[in-house]
Amino acid sequence: MRKPKMFSEFFKNNGLLMGGILMFLVSFWIIVLILLPQLSMLDFSFRYNLPPALQGTEADSYTLDNYRYLVFGPEGASDAFNKVDLMVFVRTILAAMAVTVLNLILCYPLAYFLGQSKGGGFIRLLVIMLVIPYWINEILRAFALRIIFGDGGVLNGVMMSLGLIDQPYDFINADIALYAGLGYAYILLMLFPMYNVIESLDRNQIEAARDMGASWVRIHRRIVIPHAKPGIASGMTMVFMLSAGALAAPQVLGGTSSLWFTQLVYQWFNDTLNWQQGAAYAIVLLVASIAIVLGFMKIFKVNMGDIGK
Amino acid sequence: MSSGVDVTLDNVWIKFGDFVAVREANVNIKGGDFFSFLGPSGCGKTTILRAVSGFLNPSEGRVLIGGKDMAGIGPNKRPTALIFQNLALFPLMKVWENITFSMEVKGASAVERRKRADELLDMIALQGQGDKLPSELSGGQKQRVAIARALCAEPDVLLLDEPLSALDLKLRQHMRTELREIQQRVGITFIYITHDQGEALTMSDSVAVMRNGIIDQIGDGHAVYDTPATPFVASFVGENNVFRGKISAINGNEAVIATNRSGELLSRITPAAVGKLKVGDDAMMFVRPEVLNVGEGTDKTTISAKVLNEEFEGNSYSVFLEGNGGKRIKMAMPNMGQNQHSTKGEVVSFSYDVNNAVVMPAGELASE
Repeated sequence: MRKPKMFSEFFKNNGLLMGGILMFLVSFWIIVLILLPQLSMLDFSFRYNLPPALQGTEADSYTLDNYRYLVFGPEGASDAFNKVDLMVFVRTILAAMAVTVLNLILCYPLAYFLGQSKGGGFIRLLVIMLVIPYWINEILRAFALRIIFGDGGVLNGVMMSLGLIDQPYDFINADIALYAGLGYAYILLMLFPMYNVIESLDRNQIEAARDMGASWVRIHRRIVIPHAKPGIASGMTMVFMLSAGALAAPQVLGGTSSLWFTQLVYQWFNDTLNWQQGAAYAIVLLVASIAIVLGFMKIFKVNMGDIGK
Repeated sequence: MSSGVDVTLDNVWIKFGDFVAVREANVNIKGGDFFSFLGPSGCGKTTILRAVSGFLNPSEGRVLIGGKDMAGIGPNKRPTALIFQNLALFPLMKVWENITFSMEVKGASAVERRKRADELLDMIALQGQGDKLPSELSGGQKQRVAIARALCAEPDVLLLDEPLSALDLKLRQHMRTELREIQQRVGITFIYITHDQGEALTMSDSVAVMRNGIIDQIGDGHAVYDTPATPFVASFVGENNVFRGKISAINGNEAVIATNRSGELLSRITPAAVGKLKVGDDAMMFVRPEVLNVGEGTDKTTISAKVLNEEFEGNSYSVFLEGNGGKRIKMAMPNMGQNQHSTKGEVVSFSYDVNNAVVMPAGELASE
């Protein structure tokens, strides 16, 4: 068994007091702030939505109704399945994947440039310039994008004055604004893990590969990407999870006809005041997201430990 | 294996902004030679290597490999292979994949590559270790894998950037012999960068000694050691006693130097300085510790000094002496089992053969 030894090592290295404090803080964070609320959500999701008077009585029993609703819709509905909500669910997952891949494509060259160039001070300045916009809160950034992408927005203005289009293009309803907003919202969470691992790659390895005749494509495929894999996995996980669970960007930038799955959750909690139903929807999203991430990690042979790097 | 080809640096200057890293380098390296660039860190030797391998372009002048001008040809297209100071093995690839990376680049099949890897693993005495990761090998084994990886590309010129510096002393000495053997077996040109004069002298057919971007001397080990061209070479390669002074007489290839503290001494003029010294010039005379002998010679080859202390080094004794005006002199005596020591404080006379001393115009010494 390695685990008990791991713990005793931990206490030996940090001392009993410091080790205790660290253990306490981490367990507090995980148990009180994450695990317990999620467990109560899980509990909610298996219960009926009852008026306060009936809660805790005989009628307050466990049920799968909330989950059944997501799949089959209300009883007696004309469709066999709850097509609307399921479509929203699938679309959310696929769109979050697309946003993740888009971010990866955008960030990889940038992370490589930042990580491998010897710019020093200039690179630090660039990184700071990337970070500063994130001091502005998420809603404001989303509205700023709405202004850029709106009918009378900057983008339409520029494209029309260049004569590329005669009528404003509806970026909002085409969901382009939404994808741009989601991509922009979490792009740094993709960039920084990749930047960190690429920065730790020994330049000599790239030069050695080049010296042996490797093309740039092969150098990236065989040397840089395998080295950067933990960072790529970590960035993709975060961007996917956060995009799938985003609320602000879809609310502000989503088209009239498009719904993000989190908006459904939000409606159940806030508009319908059916927390039980909302909890079931939220749990489905969470479990699906985790399953997808674990599945991809298995396909690309990434270990859980790598993500912590 | 392809046979070695000539490498020529033709009036090469390399500048980084205002900083001149390499100044007017003219070097002819014969095909199949083991050639070393020797110098302290920051002298420009690695810069020269990078210019030969193609990672940087000379600001002026030409690099020729096999008579062909390499201008505009990238490192991946040159017939050179570089062994990096930190080896730069690919940590995520198995040993055999590392070794045959240059074949993978050319599209060789896995079977072909595996076969070649096994041959090379045989050559470096690492049979059956192909499926390990580099991290599972010892320092010396990694070293040999790096050599095999470079040789797998069948280069005409192998470039080595201080590849032994990370090894411990015993292994380093062993690898010197092994590198020399490999070089003679494959017969290609080796260009070796080092700050260790022992490595340069033991392995090389020819050595270029560098200082501040300038090549002070090119020659075989004997030439560099016995007839240094400049005070820097004399003091950087091996140990030397330096006597400063002014030339008081010149007679053919010999000169008398009126030293500041040790009287007039006779020496031969180092070949590179013949004809360049005049009476009255500031000059430096060098005599190596091991050519000093106890006993009087002629009046112009004899020095007397007080014994300060003695160090026993196994194969030899180092005797530290203090001459007139506090002049420090070191003498080395082989350990012949005689157990005969000099006494502290004793004043001894010692002398040298004129042919074993060299005098040259004064100049910059290697800093200790």
